[in-house]
Amino acid sequence: MKIREIAAMANAEVLCCEELLDNEVHSACGSDMMSDVLAYVKDQGLLITGLVNPQVVRTAEMMDMRAILFVRGKKPTPEILALAKQCEMVIMASELRMFEACGLIYESGLKGGVLK
Amino acid sequence: MSAPLTYRYDIDGENFTSAGEASVKVKKALRQLGFSQDVIRRVSIAMYEGEINMVIHANGGFAEVSVYPDRIVIVLDDKGPGIPNVDLAMQAGYSTAPEQIRSLGFGAGMGLPNMKANTDEMTIETEIGVGTKITMTVKVGT
Ligand SMILES: Nc1ncnc2c1ncn2[C@@H]1O[C@H](COP(=O)(O)OP(=O)(O)OP(=O)(O)O)[C@@H](O)[C@H]1O
Ligand SMILES: [Mg+2]
Repeated sequence: MKIREIAAMANAEVLCCEELLDNEVHSACGSDMMSDVLAYVKDQGLLITGLVNPQVVRTAEMMDMRAILFVRGKKPTPEILALAKQCEMVIMASELRMFEACGLIYESGLKGGVLK
Repeated sequence: MSAPLTYRYDIDGENFTSAGEASVKVKKALRQLGFSQDVIRRVSIAMYEGEINMVIHANGGFAEVSVYPDRIVIVLDDKGPGIPNVDLAMQAGYSTAPEQIRSLGFGAGMGLPNMKANTDEMTIETEIGVGTKITMTVKVGT
């Protein structure tokens, strides 16, 4: 699925790397615990989270993810956006709650992918 | 025995915001050197977890990554409090991280087991009140 379609579905504002919206992601993971993302996730392109700090971008970068959707109306700081730019990470922000965002995106066909 | 390519970083223990910067740099360097995505990801995850640990548990330290033709060796050295019971610390879910760290997305007790899972060898040398040195090796292809 194109990242652009996810942004539209979640009615999200795109805050970084708009030029990469046509990239594809094949699975997603929703979590506020970066420890869990690092330990359990494999081959997932999209991180859905309500946690906002630079470690979210670094965690996604370490996991080879391509996009982050911040939920619950959380807005990343300019510092976080600068880091995302460096890592070529698409950043989106949506007013949806975590459960709703994951539900919508799952329904549309993007799945959880393979566990390690 | 050719000399390895070595990268060295000081890890600032005062600054959670910058934690992980060294790992991002190592990941970029390994990409440029043309390692496989699997090797790069395993090194990145192991080093990042270790780097975060040095910041949240040990007030920073020193990281050194050496690239040999057949392996990548990561050494993380700190002068923190040491780990009283390594077997316990290695258990998934064991964490002494305070609530404030959990609100930053860490402190699930997953880091050390995840470092072990992503590397081919891992040794922990630690002494109470002196510090901790973790050495991890990831083998590169065949
Ligand atoms: N460098 C270190 N110095 C001192 N203690 C450490 C160090 N690294 C880990 N520990 C101790 O070992 C425990 C387990 O570490 P581990 O990385 O598995 O979990 P965590 O850091 O608490 O949480 P997570 O890694 O999931 O964010 C820590 O809570 C801490 O008590
Ligand atoms: Mg840890």
